Amino acid sequence: MIRVFLPSQLDDYTQGEREQHFELLPPAGGSLTLKEVIEALESRFRGLAFRVVDEHGNIRRHIAMFVGETMVRELSAPVNPDSRVQIVGALSGG
Amino acid sequence: MSRQVLLVGTRKGAWKIESDATRSQWQIKGPMHLGAVVSHYVADPRRPGVELMSVGSGHLGPSVFVSKDYGETWTEASQPPAFSPEPNGSHRSVDHVFWLTPGHVCEPDVWYGGTSPQGLFRSRDGGNTWKEVLGFNHHPDFLQWRGGDKDGTPDGPKLHSIIVDHSDKAHLLVGMSGGGIFESFDEGRSWTPLNSGVAMDFYPPKEDGTEYEFGHDPHCLVMHPVQANRLYHQNHCGLYAMDRAQGKRWSRIGDNLPKEVGDIGFPIVVHPRDPERIWVFPMDGSGQWPRTSPGGKPAVFHSRDGGASFERQANGFPAQQAWWTVKRQCMALDQEPSVGIYLGTSNGQLWGSSDEGASWHGIAMDLPQIYSVEVGALP
Repeated sequence: MIRVFLPSQLDDYTQGEREQHFELLPPAGGSLTLKEVIEALESRFRGLAFRVVDEHGNIRRHIAMFVGETMVRELSAPVNPDSRVQIVGALSGG
Repeated sequence: MSRQVLLVGTRKGAWKIESDATRSQWQIKGPMHLGAVVSHYVADPRRPGVELMSVGSGHLGPSVFVSKDYGETWTEASQPPAFSPEPNGSHRSVDHVFWLTPGHVCEPDVWYGGTSPQGLFRSRDGGNTWKEVLGFNHHPDFLQWRGGDKDGTPDGPKLHSIIVDHSDKAHLLVGMSGGGIFESFDEGRSWTPLNSGVAMDFYPPKEDGTEYEFGHDPHCLVMHPVQANRLYHQNHCGLYAMDRAQGKRWSRIGDNLPKEVGDIGFPIVVHPRDPERIWVFPMDGSGQWPRTSPGGKPAVFHSRDGGASFERQANGFPAQQAWWTVKRQCMALDQEPSVGIYLGTSNGQLWGSSDEGASWHGIAMDLPQIYSVEVGALP
């Protein structure tokens, strides 16, 4: 089970739920990535994906995403079926 | 006289502010979307109760929200404005939706949106889904018009002042900061620059002595709502007017403002019935461009003769040490016989005048930094 932890900035989409769980399978012929996790979030909370990923599939500038304790900058980052994923609104700058 | 409602977008959310029939007492309602950056909040003059709001965030991507019940409830656009890859290989992404304009009265589901970085979008379903106006965003000269990605201002380059000619739904005008003013006569399929006569002091003069055709920095463009031939615009390099009946060349009416004030600013509004009457709010565009009230003495300047002369209107404003300014979509007029004028400031103050600028009073003094002020409609 993939556990996804969400920032307060997305409360309007998740009705305040900060943790979501997904059972995801790798796409046919491929391996599981962060892209599938974001798609799963979008299917549950319509409109959420575009607020954290731009129209070209790039993670937005002031959004950070972690798989485990590693910050990743690409949606192609691999994810395991039991990964912990966290989306963070950048805090630097006050 | 009738009650008025102001739609106020700020750096931290949006508010509605309603008056009594005398426009002397005001009630603040809100916030809506507290914490979000609201660049523009606009009522639909064609459909009572419909309002659109540009909603961004310091962290999240841009979106547009639609209300059909005078702002009581909001629904997010299912497809907000977003760029497709450009023919030149550029992959820009929309940072925020900066400007919203209702379409022509005969097309009540059409809206236009302007973005940062510069892009023109159109919705044909009341703001739910947005598509690029490809005739503009993918014009072969678009990169030259807008400049490269390093040419924007610190707050991001903008497409603003989208105007739909009330007498011709196919006639559109837009302003780009930077880039200049452009117009289309075929609903956006083709475009031509409209910058003749406008100074570009920030560029070196052309060696052949001719003018630059584009690359200018208009801050705000208005068309008179009755006499479409009359255009005004406040530019980074002065204040201009154009009467299309006299030709397609801007004349610098800002030369008629007091020299110690100058003719730099952001907003300009034109009287709803008299095309000769305009109001501007000059700012300090000298030296490091502090963008404050000149000398710390805020004042509106009003012309009754198309810019041939101006009178200072500051009765009620602080007389000194007031260093605020007014952004480009932060000045609005109502339609009353004695026109009400409203302006929102960079330090969160909303001021109003019910006597066409002769005197000013504070309506709300403690809002966040104001990004837009529009006159709305009441149920």
